Amino acid sequence: MKFFTPKVGMAIALAAAVSLGLSACSSSSSTTSASSSTEFPTAKGGELNLYNWTNYIDPAQLKAFTAETGIKVNLDTFDSNETLLAKLQAGATGYDVIVPSDYMVAQMVTLGLLEKVDVASFPNGKNIDPNFMDVYWDKGRQYTAPYMYGTTGIGVNMKDPIASKITSWKDFFAAAKGTSVDVLKDQTEVVSAALRATGVAAADLCTEDKSKYAAAQKLLDTFKPKVINSDGGIERMVKESSMVRMAWNGSVHRMTVDNPNIKYVFPSEGLNFWADNLAIAKGAKNLDNAKIFINWMLDPKQGAVATNFTGYANAVLGSGPFMDEAIKNDPAINTTPENAKLATPTPNCSTAARDLYTEVFTSWTSSQ
Amino acid sequence: MTLDLSLPTTHDDSQAPGKTSKWLAVVPMAFLSMTVAIPLIIIFVYSFLARPSLGAGVVWKFDPTHYVKIFIQDRLDGTRSFDTRYLKVIWNSFLYSGITTIATLVLAIPVALWIATRDPRKRVLLVFLVTLPFWTSILIRTYAITELLDEKGVLGKIATAVGYNGHFQILYTPTATILGLIYTFLPFMILPIYSSAERFDFRFAEAGYDLGARKMTVLFRIVLPQIAPGVMAGVALVFIPGLGSFLQPDMLGGGKTNMIANVVANNYGQARNWPFGSALSVLLCVITLIATLMLSVAARKRKASRS
Repeated sequence: MKFFTPKVGMAIALAAAVSLGLSACSSSSSTTSASSSTEFPTAKGGELNLYNWTNYIDPAQLKAFTAETGIKVNLDTFDSNETLLAKLQAGATGYDVIVPSDYMVAQMVTLGLLEKVDVASFPNGKNIDPNFMDVYWDKGRQYTAPYMYGTTGIGVNMKDPIASKITSWKDFFAAAKGTSVDVLKDQTEVVSAALRATGVAAADLCTEDKSKYAAAQKLLDTFKPKVINSDGGIERMVKESSMVRMAWNGSVHRMTVDNPNIKYVFPSEGLNFWADNLAIAKGAKNLDNAKIFINWMLDPKQGAVATNFTGYANAVLGSGPFMDEAIKNDPAINTTPENAKLATPTPNCSTAARDLYTEVFTSWTSSQ
Repeated sequence: MTLDLSLPTTHDDSQAPGKTSKWLAVVPMAFLSMTVAIPLIIIFVYSFLARPSLGAGVVWKFDPTHYVKIFIQDRLDGTRSFDTRYLKVIWNSFLYSGITTIATLVLAIPVALWIATRDPRKRVLLVFLVTLPFWTSILIRTYAITELLDEKGVLGKIATAVGYNGHFQILYTPTATILGLIYTFLPFMILPIYSSAERFDFRFAEAGYDLGARKMTVLFRIVLPQIAPGVMAGVALVFIPGLGSFLQPDMLGGGKTNMIANVVANNYGQARNWPFGSALSVLLCVITLIATLMLSVAARKRKASRS
């Protein structure tokens, strides 16, 4: 899924004003040496095999980890959750820490591919943003720590009279009648936005009630965007070929850098977010080192280093003060608590509901 | 035009002069079966399997309903009806690929003949120029075309400069998809026609003129029949891969002019419905096979009626 592809240099809305505010109390927590738990391992050198998305961690950060702990990090990269799953299911044993996205964590837990290490009880477990504690894919953070996350909202060009008035998905779908609108080629995003626009609550986005999908399809029947594509959207928005785009907040930040007329809108019906996670593969050879690494990454300073490199937000409390000004000062980044509340996890539906998504999306794309 | 699909007559005298041991074919044949036959068999088998309840992939349970679902739609209001959506996409694929084949043919024949009539040293350079696009990735070249066709791009700026005030919109239309396909496949039409034309003895054409034939008569009665094998190879190299195009409808058509590959990709990706994607692929294979067979039968009949 393109949606989960991390893009270097993309800055992102950080949501959680919480994480910018509550820094004083947690920023003092240090790395491995100040472990409060007696059970938590201490670094004794050795190795760590990290399997991560391409360009998704700062090489300098890994060097700093090695310098502090004496643990050598071997990095290997993948390009999709499905690639990661296929490797693990094929019996790859060489990986300690892996970085699956939300729905993939849920799947891997079901398939028994992750070590249950109770991340919440780690010394730095207290730094996990409470909003990211009881997530559907890992309630109470038994298996994983949050890494980066982002949302899918609307990029609008304020110069355009129709675009500048968009505040909801309903407005977004209606805007295509009067201005140029781009939309992601992503059936989950398109159909869930249409469901939200027709009054379906965030908790019901995986409903199997066909009448809900019929209403969404009726809305989409009238929606004729200029482009249905996940690529090249930043360029089209920057040069104003398109005035409105369904977009990831990180990509809108990049648009804003080159064209200050562009703004990120949190649609009033709510929007989806994805979140990547640090997890330990079942049977990891360097289990202690993996725990040490995940704990180290939950340090506020390290969370900020990761954000500064990837351009995506982290869910580590207290990381705000260590972030680059450019990311902090983006209007999309200083998300109000109300906007942060609008974001709910990207629906991970049953096969039956997913087929209904496919049905609506197929009908829509073939009616263009 | 003729299309002769029969193999050259084989002799069992593998040790005859100029022939090599048939065992040399073992490695290529093994490679071909690995990369062509086995994936096709996998797709065929997958198209008859069931889906897992979680995630993508297949489970080993016989399920032939995917083929039914191509033609019958379970509508959201609970009714069932004949489904034209996939047939429309298949029709699109044939239409775009067909237009591309005809357009590249019309463009390629004069180019190939022109190259073939230059002196040999120039020909090498010209053929090299035809292959020049292959030096850069198709993805990059398609991005370049979007820059060219965009209303804020090169053509759009020229249109504005010459005083065109209307809405300049070629990109993200079927026209852009077809332009992209023609651009992509043109070298595949030029090269085989050129290789036929290069072997053509142009003294035959001169003889035609000497005997009083006009230009068109020489072209259609003497030149074209001689380069027909190259034309048929070109048609096959353009039309069949053209059916499976993914990039051009996706990037130039703005995702709105789906061809069959785009629908298959969605089923293997987001829809997580591998068996259905496989069933669509198998259907496309069957239709292509039938079309090719009909073409070759027609060609043979024509050949037979002439001789």
